[in-house]
Amino acid sequence: MSNSILELQLLRKNFGGVVAVSDLSLDIEKGSITSLIGPNGAGKTTIFNLVTGFLHPSSGHIRFAGRVLNKIKPHTIAAIGIGRTFQNVQIFPKMSVIENIMVGRHLRSRAGIFYSSILPPFLRNEEKLIRAAAEKQLTFLELEQYAHVPAGGLPLGNQRMLEIARALAIEPKLLLLDEPASGLNARETIAMGELIEKIKQMNITVLLVEHDMELVMDISDHVAVINFGRLIAEGSPAEIQENDDVIAAYLGE
Amino acid sequence: MKGKNSAGFFALVISIIAIPFIITNDYYIGVLVFAAFNCLACIGLCLLMGYAGQISIGHGAFVAIGAYTSGILTSKLAWSPWLAMLCGVLIVIVVAFSLGIPALRLKGHYLAMATLGFASIVHIVAVAAVDLTGGPSGIVNIPRLDLFGYVLNSDTQYYYFSWSVVALAVFIAFNLVNSRVGRGLQAIHGSEDAASSLGINITSYKVQIFILSAVFSSISGSLYAYYMNYIDPGPFGVMHSVLLVTMVAVGGLHNIWGALIGAIALSLLPEFLSFLSDYLQVLGIHYQPDYDTLVYGSILLIIMLFLPEGIFDGLASTLRGSKSFYGKLAGRRTGRVQ
Repeated sequence: MSNSILELQLLRKNFGGVVAVSDLSLDIEKGSITSLIGPNGAGKTTIFNLVTGFLHPSSGHIRFAGRVLNKIKPHTIAAIGIGRTFQNVQIFPKMSVIENIMVGRHLRSRAGIFYSSILPPFLRNEEKLIRAAAEKQLTFLELEQYAHVPAGGLPLGNQRMLEIARALAIEPKLLLLDEPASGLNARETIAMGELIEKIKQMNITVLLVEHDMELVMDISDHVAVINFGRLIAEGSPAEIQENDDVIAAYLGE
Repeated sequence: MKGKNSAGFFALVISIIAIPFIITNDYYIGVLVFAAFNCLACIGLCLLMGYAGQISIGHGAFVAIGAYTSGILTSKLAWSPWLAMLCGVLIVIVVAFSLGIPALRLKGHYLAMATLGFASIVHIVAVAAVDLTGGPSGIVNIPRLDLFGYVLNSDTQYYYFSWSVVALAVFIAFNLVNSRVGRGLQAIHGSEDAASSLGINITSYKVQIFILSAVFSSISGSLYAYYMNYIDPGPFGVMHSVLLVTMVAVGGLHNIWGALIGAIALSLLPEFLSFLSDYLQVLGIHYQPDYDTLVYGSILLIIMLFLPEGIFDGLASTLRGSKSFYGKLAGRRTGRVQ
């Protein structure tokens, strides 16, 4: 399939004797919103960690835009064009909101330790570009009024938004969102859904892990259902909703 | 540098210039010169501990390497003090790199263990390698530093020189903190996973900042050797490394100013204690210099219990607190609801 941006081929991950992901194959279509769903402990976050290099597969392959990612480190994978968020929000609590996003511009700037030491920030042109790009993300996510607030003080909903803004700042081709709506109220969840659709319109492929079925069925182009590390079904939201295996997995048979 | 920090930097420069006009006693100027050496090491250590979140209990060893390289090369091989200082820096870069690569690749406080071990090794070498280091009797005849052929003879001259180096270090530290690299370091401190997911090479950054902080210590050691003209292993024990960490922790880990205040406060403390002991003597209490350790320990304990963010941030938040308190008072008076 030439139109897929991410291909998982017979992907397997063992933790000692436990098989977290078991010979799973999945293609993620370029420009789509694909959701991974499944009961807790099904291996969804493990797949995210495999794709982003935090874990390395026991066997099988991960291909991103034709390149095999198996043994590559997380920071290199970010440079290749995969951004992510975390299930338990990982913002930098002591840095301000704008600084958090500015960290996301790391890959799009170059100043090293020597150059950074000798010139004050206002004399460095790159610093202005970093700030401008961060402000753009801030506006996109409507977080302007919090720009100079320490990120740790934001409510959870805004922290999740900030984490996405930061991941978008690296200008990824593929964005992995790990339960972006968990802990959000109904109104915030709707806003999150709209945001994810906007991200899709920016030509960024989205891979989503989410437990909020309404959100998943609403925005996904494609849904993959995982249980005990295996792919048990995939298809359009409508197909998944009528799949007997899926219903069995969710209702415990 | 941002607004507040520029103002702080300006205040620092003014104080550096003004103090010799107020304090004319050479002995106290000498004490301030020692404070400058500690400040220099602590600024580096603050970048490493406060910003990158890595703990080193061995920076005294880098001070020692700087001091001994300078001492040996100038007194035994008659090198120029500047060249010897540069050589010390290069040695420290190599050492810090080889120490940092294995220790910093791992998550957790392995660097603290590695540097602690390293500090005691360096001290043992300084005592035992008599042919090289002069052993317990040390190295004598280390020349004074010259500035463009002009030898820094008086304490006041050395004071101005060493504090200019501190001011430069503060300038460098603030530039770094407010840069792409500085944000990367703070990000690593905040969450290593998130930092690497944004493309930050964690090991490389940790090693780089470890090397930079070691270089600051090395320069501090070289300047110490040129000021004293004599070095022995005494001041370079493991306790000196612990003292440097204490200075940074007391002042405030997350702030360059905190490191500066901590370094100055604890450098002046022995003078204050000996001053105090004279008064206690009058009251019939015999204060021994050995008690200093007890006082240091108590200070660290009290700071950690009541001002865990250090003196600087602790005072700053107290000040903010009182401001909002007055704000509330003013608000009540004018009938505004806060």
